[in-house]
Amino acid sequence: MITIDVDMDKCQHYGQCVFEAPDIFALNDNDKLEFVATANDSRRSDVESAVDVCPMQAISIVE
Amino acid sequence: MSKSVVIVGASMGGLRAAEALRNNGFEGQVTVIGAEVHAPYNRPPLSKEVLAKEVTHDAVAFKLRTQVEDVIWHLGDPATSVDLETQVVTTNSGKAFDYDGLVIASGLRPRTLELPNGKLSGRHTVRTLDDAIRLRTDLVPGARVIVAGAGFIGCEVAATARGLGCEVTNVAIDSFPMIRPLGEKLAAELQRRHESHGVSFRLGHGIKDLIGKDSLSGLILDDGESLEATVLVEAISSHCNVEWLANTNLDISNGVLTDSALRAVTTEGQSVEGVYVVGDLARFANPLFDDDARRIEHWNIPTETGKRVGAVLSAYLEQADNFAELAALPFAPLPSFWSDQYDMKIQGFGMPGLADRYELADGELSGELVMAYFRNDVLIGVVGIGMTSEVMKYRKQLLGT
Ligand SMILES: Cc1cc2nc3c(=O)[nH]c(=O)nc-3n(C[C@H](O)[C@H](O)[C@H](O)COP(=O)(O)OP(=O)(O)OC[C@H]3O[C@@H](n4cnc5c(N)ncnc54)[C@H](O)[C@@H]3O)c2cc1C
Ligand code: SF4
Repeated sequence: MITIDVDMDKCQHYGQCVFEAPDIFALNDNDKLEFVATANDSRRSDVESAVDVCPMQAISIVE
Repeated sequence: MSKSVVIVGASMGGLRAAEALRNNGFEGQVTVIGAEVHAPYNRPPLSKEVLAKEVTHDAVAFKLRTQVEDVIWHLGDPATSVDLETQVVTTNSGKAFDYDGLVIASGLRPRTLELPNGKLSGRHTVRTLDDAIRLRTDLVPGARVIVAGAGFIGCEVAATARGLGCEVTNVAIDSFPMIRPLGEKLAAELQRRHESHGVSFRLGHGIKDLIGKDSLSGLILDDGESLEATVLVEAISSHCNVEWLANTNLDISNGVLTDSALRAVTTEGQSVEGVYVVGDLARFANPLFDDDARRIEHWNIPTETGKRVGAVLSAYLEQADNFAELAALPFAPLPSFWSDQYDMKIQGFGMPGLADRYELADGELSGELVMAYFRNDVLIGVVGIGMTSEVMKYRKQLLGT
């Protein structure tokens, strides 16, 4: 399992992460980010892509 | 002997290329040569939230993943030349680095105004961490700040400086701020919003000269008006960092021309095997739009080009059977950009600057909105202020999905 952390002070709800891993990141009806904090190891590469595309560099994978 | 890669430029493009080489199984040596002393960091916050708070390397540094643990960082020593025949990069300190694969990732630097009385303190640019640290100390409440240039970076600095309590005037030769990417309607509205936050504009004007002895006390516009100022931020345009390629036959007329595999192309139009370009410097044709090769100075491009180069270059170096097939795949990244000014979240996709027509697609001009941009009646770009979900619908359409 991997643990995902989003620094909500940094996150500006741009939703770029959603394209990379829609099963983990989503924007709710108010355009605010929601995410699941743990994912299967097989999702690592998509979560890394989400880390890469986040303009605020708010996402991290907790090792 | 195992192969080696030299990457010139230790910023986002260089880092993403190094990561992608490793992710694609390349095990040889990777050396990144950087002009700056800092490990790769993220530039956008330097005109926005980090400039508004405290500018430190920690606040902007990219996390280095375990994949790139064994990458050699040769920092604070710029490349000065390369010999494409013997495959050697030479640096300012005289060190020589052999390579089998070369990645050009040396990006841009700001252009500054050439003025008769130009040698004054108080002049700033914002490209590097050190630039932003210097600027931050001058942005004290009440300081009279002139921002030259009304592109995204200039407008962000203006907004941040206002937030810090500075008196801000924006001087630009354009008719409206950010008009080239956004079109007149939205640009005029953004000017109105900046003005309501207290920024004054002198649009359609250039700067003729500076006033002051050792330090800046003001400047003179081309119509003779003089403005008081102790800080001048120049965000007018950029130079490509390609001087170290001057003795090659690469097409460096505007960035570095590449083919769709991002291999560098010579002035004769030949792709050079083993030599690749990423980030702001890469000038490539994007099949999403047309056949014209363009550089794209947006933040998602270093990542997109870095990933592409990592895949193609590792296949080339390992003489993989699928190299030719990989190199021939189309490369069509959707440009994406964003900008924070005051409480506005501006977000865009595509190439709105190429549009011949635009229309307000959602929201209201004075509030949150979506503007759609068309060329020959085909959607070519979208820009939103807020309204993320609506903007994303157009993004999907741009991708043809
Ligand atoms: C203040 C600012 C705000 C921005 N905001 C946004 C934004 O909100 N949204 C957006 O989409 N984009 C934004 N951008 C653009 C984005 O940051 C760039 O597109 C991105 O940094 C390009 O990365 P790069 O690696 O290609 O080049 P650069 O980041 O320019 O890196 C090139 C590196 O190479 C080094 N170098 C140069 N010459 C040599 C040499 N001879 N040898 C070795 N090293 C060399 C340079 O010192 C530099 O470290 C912003 C840029 C700036 C400066
Ligand atoms: S991409 Fe980053 S800023 Fe945007 S919603 Fe995801 S975590 Fe937040």
